[in-house]
Amino acid sequence: MNKGYRYVGQPIRKKDAMQLLLGKPAFVDDITPKDALVVKVLRSKYAHAWIQEINTDIALKVPGVVAVYTYKDVPQKRFTQAGQTYPEPSPYDRLLLDQRVRFVGDAVAIVAAENEKAADKALKLIKVQYEVLEPVLDMHTAKDNPILVHPEDNWIANCPVGADNQRNLCASGSETHGDLEGVFATCDEIIEHSYRVQACQQAMMETFRTYTEIDRYGRLHVISSTQIVFHCRRIIANALDIPKSKVHVEKPRIGGGFGAKQTVVAEVYPAFVTWKTKRPAKMIYTREESQIAASPRHEMEVHVRLGASKEGIIRALDVYTLSNTGAYGEHGPTTVGLSGHKSIPLYTANMEAFRFGYDVVYTNKQAAGAYRGYGATQGIFAVESAVNELADKLGIDPTVIREKNMVREGMTMPAYYNETTNACALDRCLERCKEIFDWEHKFPVRHMPDGKIRTAGVALSMQGSAISNCDVGSATIKLGDEGFYNLLIGAADMGTGCDTTLSQIAAECLECSPDEIEVFGADSDASPYDSGSYASSTAYLTGKAVEKACIELKENMCRIGAQLLQCEPEELEFRGDGVYKLDGSGFASRMDIATKSMVCNTIPAQATVSHTSPVSPPPFMAGMIEIELDPETGGVQVLDCAAVVDCGTALNPALARVQTEGGIVQGIGMALFENVSYMPDGSIAENSFMQYKIPTRLDMGKLHVEFEESHEPTGPYGAKSIGEVVINISAPAIAHAIFRATGVWHRTLPITPEKILLAMPNA
Amino acid sequence: MQIQMTLNQKKITAEIEADTLLLDFVRDHGCLSVKRGCETANCGLCTVLLDGVPVLSCSTLAARATGHHVQTLEGLQAEAEEFVGFIADQGAEQCGFCNPGFVMNTIALLRENPTPTDDEIRAYLAGNLCRCSGYDGQLRGIRAYLDWKEAQAK
Amino acid sequence: MLTINQYVRAESLEQAYELCQKKRNVVLGGMLWLKMQHRNVETAIDLCDLGLDQITETSDSYTIGAMVSLRTLEQHAGLAALTQGAFAEALSHIVGVQFRNTATVGGSLFGRFGFSDVLTLFVVLDAKIELYHHGMLSIAEFCALPRNTRDILVQVHVPKTQKRVVYLSQRNSATDFPVLTCAVALQDGNCQCAIGARPLAAVTFTDETGILQNGITPESAAAFAQNIAQKAEFGKDIRAGVEYRKRVCAVLVRRALLQAKEG
Repeated sequence: MNKGYRYVGQPIRKKDAMQLLLGKPAFVDDITPKDALVVKVLRSKYAHAWIQEINTDIALKVPGVVAVYTYKDVPQKRFTQAGQTYPEPSPYDRLLLDQRVRFVGDAVAIVAAENEKAADKALKLIKVQYEVLEPVLDMHTAKDNPILVHPEDNWIANCPVGADNQRNLCASGSETHGDLEGVFATCDEIIEHSYRVQACQQAMMETFRTYTEIDRYGRLHVISSTQIVFHCRRIIANALDIPKSKVHVEKPRIGGGFGAKQTVVAEVYPAFVTWKTKRPAKMIYTREESQIAASPRHEMEVHVRLGASKEGIIRALDVYTLSNTGAYGEHGPTTVGLSGHKSIPLYTANMEAFRFGYDVVYTNKQAAGAYRGYGATQGIFAVESAVNELADKLGIDPTVIREKNMVREGMTMPAYYNETTNACALDRCLERCKEIFDWEHKFPVRHMPDGKIRTAGVALSMQGSAISNCDVGSATIKLGDEGFYNLLIGAADMGTGCDTTLSQIAAECLECSPDEIEVFGADSDASPYDSGSYASSTAYLTGKAVEKACIELKENMCRIGAQLLQCEPEELEFRGDGVYKLDGSGFASRMDIATKSMVCNTIPAQATVSHTSPVSPPPFMAGMIEIELDPETGGVQVLDCAAVVDCGTALNPALARVQTEGGIVQGIGMALFENVSYMPDGSIAENSFMQYKIPTRLDMGKLHVEFEESHEPTGPYGAKSIGEVVINISAPAIAHAIFRATGVWHRTLPITPEKILLAMPNA
Repeated sequence: MQIQMTLNQKKITAEIEADTLLLDFVRDHGCLSVKRGCETANCGLCTVLLDGVPVLSCSTLAARATGHHVQTLEGLQAEAEEFVGFIADQGAEQCGFCNPGFVMNTIALLRENPTPTDDEIRAYLAGNLCRCSGYDGQLRGIRAYLDWKEAQAK
Repeated sequence: MLTINQYVRAESLEQAYELCQKKRNVVLGGMLWLKMQHRNVETAIDLCDLGLDQITETSDSYTIGAMVSLRTLEQHAGLAALTQGAFAEALSHIVGVQFRNTATVGGSLFGRFGFSDVLTLFVVLDAKIELYHHGMLSIAEFCALPRNTRDILVQVHVPKTQKRVVYLSQRNSATDFPVLTCAVALQDGNCQCAIGARPLAAVTFTDETGILQNGITPESAAAFAQNIAQKAEFGKDIRAGVEYRKRVCAVLVRRALLQAKEG
């Protein structure tokens, strides 16, 4: 869709593309000193234990070891590592080091040493005597279990989220709309099943890592791979129990985040070491640590009851989610909400009643966090699978059943905070997806000459754009020498390309090339406040802040120009290269204005705008996946995937496309082989890339991505979000295709060849 | 112990410990493009050329490289520049952390097979993990480069 | 974490052999597996200067040096011709090109890993393993050696026997460890079949009861395959259990037989 924009909607290169492709130093470990103290953490080998005695004397004698800290050395105020707006919905349930350890991998001691070998040696020499306690490992029995993960009385829930540490509850709640049981009583068809999504790992290529030092003002300077510099500042200060003013956090380039780095996973350890020793320190998480002691997806079991008429009209949905937050409650109370709020509204059209209830429980497993999709992924796998099951049961084409029931533009969604879809092209997405995928020919089950079976599945997806009435996106735009611009942001480009897309918004507004806009961020001292890059907020919210800041700057430039041209600002018009008198009698260039702004000037040649939104407009997506299944081995090869996305205006179609492709492929891994299994002792079997297999380029088939644009009136140049919506279709579409090929619905991910083969009929 | 090797065309002598890994060694010698992404030889981020052959520097002792020529992306900028712009045009670099290993292995691929098919590209680069891009953009970029090169030759 | 106190480039096999008699000394292969271990090595013995990185051909065999990389083995034209491409099929699914350039034949074999693709294939090629001290061993003899055997794997000999060879494996994802490996070789009406990644190391079967004596047909192949699936012992790991492996074994053996027959 050509909306007449010059820079918005152009597939321009990312600003940092060539630096990254040529391997220039850009990441934490590349740009920070080599000789910092090496920080490592001794980790619990028990899922639940009480430290009776911990002796660090021998460890401290290892040459090169500078410090060893235990629970006796750390502040006793609980905090959360969740990167959320204060007061965080996540409970304050952590100490830097605690006498009770709550999962295999929980921190027992912190070691700081001059080199890695000394640190490793010290780890082995810390003598710990544990009282091993019985763990709670099954989320189904966690609620009201006599064994408590957090029995302590200084545990705090800051927000009313239905949490109760004396019941192992991190959150709980329920909401009902309409006469639920009345509607179900008159439904012709009811589909009722539970669907389980595992605690997938973000598996970003750069593990968690942080460098800390005391700066020249005596403050704690933190350079970290984080999506949330401002939340990080607060969390570190909380963990160390020091004033927020003493902490300065910045991020360099980030080697992938996907939500992992929306939790302060590694930062607190080197920060504590530096604060105590006043020496530079660095922590580089190993891959194993990133797999066992980080912030993966919440394992959820989503129970769906779906009521419909025999014509396939979806009349009622009852969704109950049991979510496992693990040992700590980061993002527990919030992720669960999306499992209902981003799945039920997809079927708004004929929905007469719905209920959404949930419990989020503590267990002695790795604490979960934020991972792309943030609960919506789990909810959509469940609801989309149930809709596919309904279509099959009624003998209706699954795309037709969606055409009858899906949300469309202008509808009010009771299950989505009563928001109205101002921009929704989901109907066009589905229609176009059918075309480019060739649904008519790929959906039918086809038996190949070699015995393999080809068929396809479908799913829809939605997400949000920022957290409504909460998130703040901000931008500062300023005019510099000779008329270039600086754009300062607190949002975090983690490879997504927001530095570039935001510069495209600025360029559109300021009528100049994006090359004339230098982007800087994110830095808690220098950037304007921004919640950070999560919740699909940056393009939509920070983008709007950029647009508004640029409008304000143009006004200021007209005011400065008016002084130069000795007229009133109202007589001037901004046109990119400068300001023009409307009567054609004068012109002041950007350079003239920039120069003037630095001489005897009181009008700021810059503008800062903060933006927030009362709504969170959902992006939408339709996706179809064709597989080839080997009925003799259960092996599944993904052949073809088509997806059509409505992200409002695609600010940069090349980047939006790659976002979509990346999300689809992560979803394929989740659907087929990214397994997380716990051994009887509570440790994770898939603790490396050798055991936790993410898709390679041989596992994904062909991708076809297109956009059906809509225009979101509250977004910058009509944009909504793109980052998360794209991960949700793969699993339900693949599960659907596997059912088509085998006649068996798989409701537990990942759907491995073994599960497929052993469940085949006539086995 | 002492080792001598050629690192990016430059002869160097250095004192190392017996268990110094080539990955850490080259990073200590300014080749910061070389990344560690795992401890299990599965990600391909640490790919360097050892006598022109792409190997995993995370699992190679620096001592073994004695007497050999090690190349990192720092030493192959011109060769990389010829094609990485095509990947940038796709936006497929994304976070960039896997890029150096991927670019190094692509260099090796194109030296070995200047006109690879899409399947040959996928197979050769299978050991280079990327979590951001979904791989297709990288393939489009390489394909665009090969098409451009073919057009140039005509 | 792996630590190594001393690195020695062996100047002779004798020197390497003597060094490796000490319990805390270790011979380096590609170091991929060793690197992942948490152990303290006193002396790492590197064979890289002993010219063992070559595949040489004689009139009746190929000799593959211990330091030949898996990638070299995968790409070797003579071995590809001898096995109708089975080496490439056995090796090309292992992680990636850089991994296979780094991994060595000696390292892959000496560990006698259950998941070893290459071991499964060598079995049906009647390969002989040459150890410096123990001398020439069949794969079965080699696999039967105690795990703490302190010897140097020098090279592998593959006789140029004309066989129809097919290699197949089942994996949960493209470059993952196999859940099952299967190699079949046909020669003069005789069939040899190796099953690996059970997850235990490869075991060999022949057509003892003459199931295939009247030729390989879809029926006889299926029967032979079932027979092996019943006889072979399977285990469980995080990738799959016994029942799955048993069933896949029957499928892969049947397919390999039929494919080998068709050539």
